[in-house]
This record gives sequence, C-alpha cells and structure tokens, in this order.
Amino acid sequence: MAVPKLEQLSKSVVQGPSLATGAIPTRDWMDIPVHFKEGNYAYPAKKEKVEYLDSQKGLSFPNARIWSPEDDDWKLPEDWKEIILNGLKERLGKFRSLKIFMDCCVRCGACADKCHFFLGTGDPKNMPVMRAELLRSIYRNDFTLAGKLLGRMAGAREMTVGVLKEWFMYAYQCTECRRCSVFCPYGIDTAEITIILRELLHLVGVGINWILEPVSNSNRTGNHMGLQPHTYKDNVEFLADDIENLTGVRINPPFNKKGAEVLFITPSADVFAEPGLYTAMGYLILFEAIGLDYTWSTYASEGGNFGLFTNNESMKKLNAKMYAEAKRLGVKWILGGECGHMWRVLHQYMDTMNGPADFLEVPKSPITGTVFDNTASTKMVHISEFTADLIKHGKLKLDKSRNSHVKATFHDSCNPARAMGLLDEPRYILDHVVDWVEMPENTIREQTFCCGSGTGLNTDEIMELRMRSGLPRANAVKYVHEKHDVNMLSCVCAIDRATLTSLMDYWNPGVRVCGISELVGNALVLEGETRGELDDGLRTLL
Amino acid sequence: MKYAFSFLAVIVLILIAGVGSQIAGMPYFFGVFVPYVAIAIFLGGFVYRVVQWAKSPVPFSIQTTCGQGKSLEFIKHNRLEAPDTTAEVVARMLLEIFTFRSLFRNTKSEIHDGPKITYESSKWLWLFGIVFHYSFLIVVIRHMRLFLNPVPEVVAFLDWADSMFEIGVPSMYMTTAGLIGGAALLFSRRLVNRHVRYISLVNDYFPLVLIFAIGVTGALMRHFLRDGIDIVAIKQLAVGLVTFSPVINGEIGAIFYIHVFLVATLLVYFPFSKLMHLGGVFLSPTRNMKNNSRAVRHINPWNPDIKPHSYAGYEDEFREFMVDAGIPVEKELPAQKD
Ligand code: HEM
Ligand code: SF4
Ligand code: SF4
Repeated sequence: MAVPKLEQLSKSVVQGPSLATGAIPTRDWMDIPVHFKEGNYAYPAKKEKVEYLDSQKGLSFPNARIWSPEDDDWKLPEDWKEIILNGLKERLGKFRSLKIFMDCCVRCGACADKCHFFLGTGDPKNMPVMRAELLRSIYRNDFTLAGKLLGRMAGAREMTVGVLKEWFMYAYQCTECRRCSVFCPYGIDTAEITIILRELLHLVGVGINWILEPVSNSNRTGNHMGLQPHTYKDNVEFLADDIENLTGVRINPPFNKKGAEVLFITPSADVFAEPGLYTAMGYLILFEAIGLDYTWSTYASEGGNFGLFTNNESMKKLNAKMYAEAKRLGVKWILGGECGHMWRVLHQYMDTMNGPADFLEVPKSPITGTVFDNTASTKMVHISEFTADLIKHGKLKLDKSRNSHVKATFHDSCNPARAMGLLDEPRYILDHVVDWVEMPENTIREQTFCCGSGTGLNTDEIMELRMRSGLPRANAVKYVHEKHDVNMLSCVCAIDRATLTSLMDYWNPGVRVCGISELVGNALVLEGETRGELDDGLRTLL
Repeated sequence: MKYAFSFLAVIVLILIAGVGSQIAGMPYFFGVFVPYVAIAIFLGGFVYRVVQWAKSPVPFSIQTTCGQGKSLEFIKHNRLEAPDTTAEVVARMLLEIFTFRSLFRNTKSEIHDGPKITYESSKWLWLFGIVFHYSFLIVVIRHMRLFLNPVPEVVAFLDWADSMFEIGVPSMYMTTAGLIGGAALLFSRRLVNRHVRYISLVNDYFPLVLIFAIGVTGALMRHFLRDGIDIVAIKQLAVGLVTFSPVINGEIGAIFYIHVFLVATLLVYFPFSKLMHLGGVFLSPTRNMKNNSRAVRHINPWNPDIKPHSYAGYEDEFREFMVDAGIPVEKELPAQKD
C-alpha cells in the first residue's frame, strides 16, 4: 500500500479524530470490531515456512495453512477456542509475570500515552493498558471469580473469533519496547503480554511471515537473511575489499577458526545491507587495529533472534547455536555486535535458556586485561563495552576530525536501554570519536522511543503504520536536526539501522543512520594505512 | 454509566445496612457476623491470591532497567534503577512502594501542528495517589485505637498528630479529609482524563465510591450524627471482636452499622479485585529482579530440553560450498569418484 504523502500524514496525526488528538470514541472498545485491509496488517506466514518450523525438534507450529486476515474465515482449527484457553492456562502456570500483570493493573492510565503506536495512530487499543485489556478481559471471563459471576460488568468477555482477530491486530502493533513498563507504578510490562499473545496465536497457526521466515532461515542457514556459508563469507570479504580500497590495509577475516580466543557474533543484516555494512566495516577495522585473535562463524552467523518475537521455544533453539559454536570452536569467550533485541536475549535469556557456559572463561580483554565481571556467567560482552574499555585504556588511536562531516545524535535502542541498562558505554565512545548532541530528555535513555518497527514489524506492507509509530522518535531527531544541524542518527542496533533509515527518509530527509562502530571505524588510525581524505568516511565512493 | 452504577451499588449497600441493622436482633448480624465473615474472606482470599501468584515460577530475568547497568568501572552505575545486588533491589522497591517513584516520572504528551509532540511532566496522578494512599494507611492505623486496649503509643501519637489543627469538635483528622478528598480527586480524574475515562471499568469506579462512602460515613459519625454513637459501646464491641468475645451493649446508631458494612464489603471485595495491587507490587518481576543476569545465571524450573539445529546437520547440508569457499569443515568431502 502506498504511504501517504508527508503533508497528509503530518496533518492526519495532529488533526485526525483520535483519542490521541482529543476525540473520545463514542462506543465502548469491546463493541468496536477490527477491520483488516491492505496496509494495516503484516502478511501471514507462508505455509511452507510454518511447516518447516513445525518439523524441527523441540518446536511446535501446528495448523499451517494458507489464510488471509482480510477473509472472514481464518480457517482456524475446529477446537481453536479450547487450544487458546488451554494455552492461556498453561502460561498462567508458567509465568508469574503474566498472572501479576493480569491481576494488578489499576487502569490508572500512566502508561496510556507512553506508547509510540498510540501517539502515532491515536487508536485507543494501542494504549498499553488497553492492549493488555484485550487479553485481561478473556482472563477475567475464564479464570477469575469476579469475571465468572459478573461478566461484562466486571470487564470480562467471551473468547470469540473477533477477539482472536483483535489480538492479531494489536499483538503486531506493539514492538515489545517496554517503554510503558518504565512508567507503570507496578512495572507492568506490556511486552510480556504481547509475547504471550503471539505465543497463543501461533498455537492456532496465526503468525506473520516477516518473523517466521527469518526464524526458519536462521534455524537452517544460521542467519535471518538465509545467507549460506560461502555467501556469508563472500559478503564479509567484500567489506574487507572496500576497506582495502579506502585505507590501503588488507584485512583477512577468519571464519569458523578453531582455537581463536574470541567468537564474534553480530546481526547478519550488518554484512548484508547498507547502512549496516559500514558498521561491519567498523568492526573489521577495530579488530585489525588491536590485532584481536577472533573468528566469525557461518553457523552462528546471526546475532539477532526473531524467536523472541515468536515464542520462547524458538528463541531458545536459535540462541543455542551460540554456545554450541563457541564450544565447537573452543573459543574463550564471545563478543557480540550492535543489536537491540539480540542483546535482550543475550542479557536476560541466554544463560537461563542455554547456560551454564562453563566451558568458556570469564571474558578478559586481551588488549587491556580488563575482566568483564558483569558477564561472569554468560561470558558474552557487548561491543560497546569492549570498545569503551579500549578507549579508556588509550589503546585506540582515534582521529575525531575524520568524523568532521558528521554531526551525530544517539538513539538508545529499546532493549539495550530498558532490558540491559547499556546507556553510557555508547555515549562514552561517541564522546571520543565524533561531535554529537542528545535528543530531548523525555525521548532518550530509559525513556527512549522505539524506531517503530521492531519485533519483526519492519516489513514494507505496513509502511504507513511504521511511519506513524516511528513519529515520536523521528520528531525528537527533527528537533536536533533543526536546532543543531544533526545529520547522523547513530545507534547500536541492526534493526534500527534499517528501520530508522526509512523513518528518516520520510520524516527528516538529510539525516542518515549509522552504527557506533562505523563512527569508530571512521576515526580509527590504522597502522600502515595509506588513507587519503575520505570526506564521507567509510561511505566515501572512490 | 459505569460510575452511576457504582454509586447505585454503594447506595444499595448503605440501605441494606441502614435498614437491616434497625431490625430487632440484626445488630449482631451486622456488628459481629458480617465483620467476622469479611475478615475471614479478606485474610483467606489475600493469602490464597498471593499463594496462587507464588505458585507460578519466574522463568526469565525480565527486570526493566531505568538507568545505567553495572558494567565497566569508569561507567557510573545507577544502583537504584538498574540494581545489581539484593540491597539495591530492596531500595528500589521501597522507593517504589513508599514514594510511587515510577508515577513521579509521569509525563503528558500532546501533539501539535508540525507535527510536534511535546512531553510535559505531569504529577497529578502521583499527588492524588500519595494523598489518597497515605491517608488510607494512617486512617487504618488510627483505627487500631478502637481494637487495642491499651492503645499503643504510636497509634495515640498518630491520632494526636493527625488532629493537630483542631478544626471542629471533636477536631477533624487531616487524613479523613485526605482520604475523602483523594478518592474524590481520583474519581474526577477518571471522568476528566480522556484516556482514563475510556479504559475505566465498573471495577475502577466502584472501589473509589466505596472508599469515599466509608470516609464520609466515618466523618459523619464523628462530627455530625452523634446520636447513638456511644464510643464506649463501640470500643467494647471492637475489642470484643478482637478477643473473640463480642458484645453489643445498648443501642448503636445505624450510621455505625452502615460504616462497618461498607468496610466489610471492601474487605470481601479486596482479594478478588485490582486492589490486590497491594500484594502484586512486591512481586512484579520487572521491578524486583536484579539486573545481574549476565553475571549470575537465573534458573528456569521448566526450561525445556531443546537443542539447536546441529552444526553437523548444517555442515552436511552445506559442506560442498564450505570446502569450495575455504571455510574449515569437520568432515572432508568424500573422495571424488569419476
Ligand atoms: C498499602 C496498600 C494499598 C492499598 C490499600 C491500596 C488501595 C488502593 C485503592 C483503594 C485504590 C483506588 C482504586 C481506584 O482508583 O479505583 C488504589 C489505586 C492506586 N494505587 Fe493503591 N493501594 C495500596 C498500595 C499501593 C502501592 C504500594 C502503590 C504504588 C506502588 C499503589 C498505587 C496505586 C495507584 C497508582 C492507584 C491508581 C489511582 C487511580 O485509580 O487513578 N497502591 N490503591
Ligand atoms: S500504568 Fe500500569 S497500572 Fe496503570 S494502567 Fe498502565 S498497566 Fe495499568
Ligand atoms: S511495549 Fe512498547 S509498543 Fe508495546 S505497548 Fe508498551 S510502549 Fe507500546
């Protein structure tokens, strides 16, 4: 579907009659059915992808079929309702978070206007509290006394196909960014609700292709893009060629090398498409500069994990490759590239799911001797932690003037900010490599706004939705773009590098997007380099 | 409609107790039986709910970090917002529970032409919440003077401090005003704030109206409807209830039974409603977990046994390409037969 013109959308978000702009819907939300039309939903997963995943050991993706959200009949299995209610029951028993979050919300509304989807669409069901109510109403009806006795009076309603459709709509208009949970007095995290909703929907074969295809690719080839080992290697080597052209230094990146000290894993998008490619060049230059004994892996060639957006079983299965590969190669520890949701998985789930990694050593920087005690158990270090430590110890020769064409700002990605607390390491690096400014205070750090297209929603068929949900982020960039001539939005996330690029092209043309490591790569002085003036850093066309 | 219904429900409750307690023999029903049943349901229900929560494990470490995590020495760790130790978590929780810290952060967003989105600090909810909750807490503690003999000094002190301003005879408690005013403000907020209005359910209006009515009947009893309010008899009944030897001496006015009946309703309602946020806030995993998940392994009791798609399977599928591309393999290609 065509994206509306900038002027149109700019007007619509301000004047369109919506709860965000001041119009109060006259009908109760339970009486407003969802309506699917081209452009407001992401395409369902292809049948063969679902079948492939279902065939994998430890995963269950039943009810593969061809269906369309626009059809009245979603071809749900006969006993769909039982499946859903049993699935909910099972999850209430497995996740305390779900029970607590179902029971404790007081509907105080503190979260209501914190969600970028609500701010961009004005749809009341995009208020985090309302998103949770979509599930809570069913929970009340079938699992609480008050709901059973009083029904709708107590905010309960029966599970119907209409409700299921509503779940599909709004579970895929939430990027699990957790901004709402920062403001909630009980820390209610709507991401948890969305995670559960998506898990439940998969039980009846309802999922989207932009997520399940990467999951199945990642399972089979090791990465989302489906790059096979030779292609993956080629791609990285192309980047090494580019670096040689630009700097005169030849880098020969090692692959699947046994006995290397460090295994390096980054999102495959970094070796696949602009502008992530420049970030990957930054990694290569950095490792060359410090002479790191490391290896890439083609088997564990994906840092990202779309399993997080699917269900905990597939998250575990995909993530398990990292430790398996670290063990096979006999490395000492793992270094992770820049990515948002990847780091949520690594920081909060990996060790629990696939640890203990007792065959690895507590990470110690071979260059500075710093021991990363904060990773004593997972044995996985973030590239920003690693780089900041190198800078602190004066191990990098940095020429900030090589970034003089850049005036940067920094986008905190949701997950490193709110699920990890990685806020100041990237800032420390920025201070040393580039001239940069912060965006307004309510839009950064733990209050950062999502790019609007996370959790597997960076697909083109919902572009208008993405431009709407990305508006709060874009708006904050616009502010520094106009006030401080910012021309580069830096971040530590591969999905951001792709999605923010579309977002900037739409709302703030002239602002480009880069990874922090690209800026490091720009500024790094390599030994033996024969580098001329590169007026656009690593992006310079020779 | 939803708020009107809440008022209606509370009016019905008032009528039941007001009329009912005047029927001969019924004072014991409203003054003894109902309070005992209510307390039993409250305690039983509360414990039941907390046990139900506790039964479900916390499979993953899902803390929400609202500040810099502990990492390198030269990066300043925000110990409250990304706690690394149990003490830091306790500090975070205490601040949350006693100062409503997250609510204090609240902002209000507006969309202006441009488009331009603004975020302004908005502390009304925090303020109303604090007034309401602290008043509630102190009102509850003050009531202990009725149930305990002798009255503990803390309670006596609170009583004195709370009525320090000596407005009216007997002098008015600040917290009574806080409770009634707080409930009224929270209620008005539900009607005025469009977001909150749209999400509010009967479940949200009803407890506010109920507590409002409890406060009002309490104040009426203390200041206006003094007829038949025999403090000695009431104290005797209250102490009797606590010592399991309740007696009702003489006549106690209907307003007293109404007040007690509303409180009983609140107690019964409590465990089955959102008021359980009192217990839940302590158990919320996003707030009560340490952000040390890379340093210390968190255990999931139901961790399923799932293996990755194996390297061997991967190499089998792509061996030829790997060898061609010069990527090391575990098993060489079979010797070519030509
Ligand atoms: C000490 C026990 C507590 C009791 C008896 C209690 C009771 C209540 C009651 C009766 C309401 C009003 C319900 C309503 O608005 O419909 C309420 C609302 C609320 N409570 Fe509590 N609460 C307690 C503890 C807490 C704690 C520890 C927190 C903070 C972490 C908290 C935060 C809130 C908030 C934010 C509201 C929403 C106000 C609104 O309705 O707009 N409460 N609580
Ligand atoms: S902030 Fe929390 S308690 Fe308040 S409405 Fe949102 S989810 Fe419910
Ligand atoms: S997690 Fe983010 S996207 Fe989802 S409801 Fe909360 S604020 Fe909105």
